[in-house]
Amino acid sequence: MDYLTTIGLEIHVELLTNSKMFCGCPADFGGDPNTKTCPVCLGHPGSLPVMNRKAVESTIRLGLSLNCDISPRSIFHRKNYFYPDMPKNYQISQYDIPLCVGGCLDVEMEGYARKVGITRVHLEEDTGKSLHVGESGRIHGADFSLENFNRAGVPLAEIVTEPDIKSPEEARAFAQLLRSTIRYIGISDGKMEEGSLRVDANISISAGEELGTKVEIKNMNSFKALQRALAYEEERQRKVLNEGGTIVQETRHWDDAAGITHPLRSKEEAFDYRYFPEPDLLPVEPEPAWIDELRESLPELPVARAGRLKSEYGLPVEMVSAIIAEKALADFYEEALKSGGDPREIAKWIAGDLAALLNEQSVDISGSPVTPAYIGELVGLITKKTISGKMAKDLLKETFSSGKSPAKIVKEKGLLQIADEDELMSMVEKVIAENPEAVEDFKNGKEQSLKFMMGQVMKMSRGKANPQITSDLIKQKLS
Amino acid sequence: MSISIEDVEHVAKLAKLVLTDEEKEKFRRQLSDVLDHAKRISEMDTGETEPTSHAVPIVNVFREDERRATLSNEEAVSNAPWAVDGEFKVPRII
Ligand SMILES: [Zn+2]
Repeated sequence: MDYLTTIGLEIHVELLTNSKMFCGCPADFGGDPNTKTCPVCLGHPGSLPVMNRKAVESTIRLGLSLNCDISPRSIFHRKNYFYPDMPKNYQISQYDIPLCVGGCLDVEMEGYARKVGITRVHLEEDTGKSLHVGESGRIHGADFSLENFNRAGVPLAEIVTEPDIKSPEEARAFAQLLRSTIRYIGISDGKMEEGSLRVDANISISAGEELGTKVEIKNMNSFKALQRALAYEEERQRKVLNEGGTIVQETRHWDDAAGITHPLRSKEEAFDYRYFPEPDLLPVEPEPAWIDELRESLPELPVARAGRLKSEYGLPVEMVSAIIAEKALADFYEEALKSGGDPREIAKWIAGDLAALLNEQSVDISGSPVTPAYIGELVGLITKKTISGKMAKDLLKETFSSGKSPAKIVKEKGLLQIADEDELMSMVEKVIAENPEAVEDFKNGKEQSLKFMMGQVMKMSRGKANPQITSDLIKQKLS
Repeated sequence: MSISIEDVEHVAKLAKLVLTDEEKEKFRRQLSDVLDHAKRISEMDTGETEPTSHAVPIVNVFREDERRATLSNEEAVSNAPWAVDGEFKVPRII
């Protein structure tokens, strides 16, 4: 039977601030256990939390970036639970009146766009970290736990989407676009592997209009893991239904190594958080002028930039997605365009060979030894037929390792492409004379043999022969 | 309004309390009385009254994003009944 897949995401983003959400303890990662603590984040009696202005601003900027309305009045709640990762036995969060509501994000897929509704964006505090110690080293069967509250109270924005996502691929594309957006506006470093961006997913499948029972999946530590976990879960649910079973509402844990999900704990306790308004914190009522100021602080966002690159330069979706993923990369691209080179060619070199080199050497685009101007120069050399595409690949590598400009390397090494017909013709004639079999094959209509003879000329010219002219000369000679 | 023994057991579980059967019955009656009282209050006409979660008319109280002195981890765990090397030790969770 055919089923429709419905996915909603809950994303936690650790905000980049100097200090924690409600106290002045450092909010950065690491340090000896419990050295970033004070009476407020340890929940000592008599201590009072005070909101970090920057964290509130970051959350409003995030909401604006996701086309949300900013609530004219918003309050904090206590979320009560018994788990030792919060010393207060509650987490300060937001409940029915979050800072931002009702937004959307348009995700460009191959051939269509998916509009994903944003239910809400709210602000809360992160929890501490528990280390379960015991023979097995796991939660189950641990003898005791060690609590480190360095992370307790670090500001955390939570984004909840509408169940508008229809496939694991869309979920991944949405999460990647969201990550780009938060990095463009600089509110978080958005590292999934380090936990500063955490994505949980709700997924159900249904045969008709009525939604099926949803299952929550946790513990995806990369975009790839998110897509894999959802694809696994989609298939698992399909199998259960096809065999006449029913889906149990539960939370499942993604095991990346095994490539499966397994049940974590029952969800029925979820409504027992006994939320009530946090009496120690006063409401937030953002002035319109403040919101305007925050709106003006936003850079051009990935969605807008993608639209502009597509319409101004006619780039295909996949190329645009690669270029806009990081603001620094998109800036690099637009800087390289100033050379006047072909926008498609420039995009191809940046998203292709340069990205591969950066990745290989683990270098960030901001530290790239190849400057935007060098990319422009490289593309210019190809357009003017000074060098071939094959030569350009090697040239880029050399520019990358030496930091010298492509034009300079061409000059120093005499790397000029051979476009001189007489010079090429003498090589072509030699190749034809030495390879009678290939000539015979060509005359019998074998396309492969043309490629073979081209290869021989390339070899002879050490890759400098202009491919188009060489091919024309071979055909001319043998016709 | 009357609540059931099951309700009392549920609340006791959330509050991490262990109750005897007599206590459960006693709290069932007492909690029912409290809820009855709340019900009487909710019968009041509050149509003209703004809902309120905070008693003082002050909003937007922020601190700037600046660091303050922290405790050392020895100080942090000094009141803990069980600690080791600057970490809080707690009984097994599950
Ligand atoms: Zn603190």
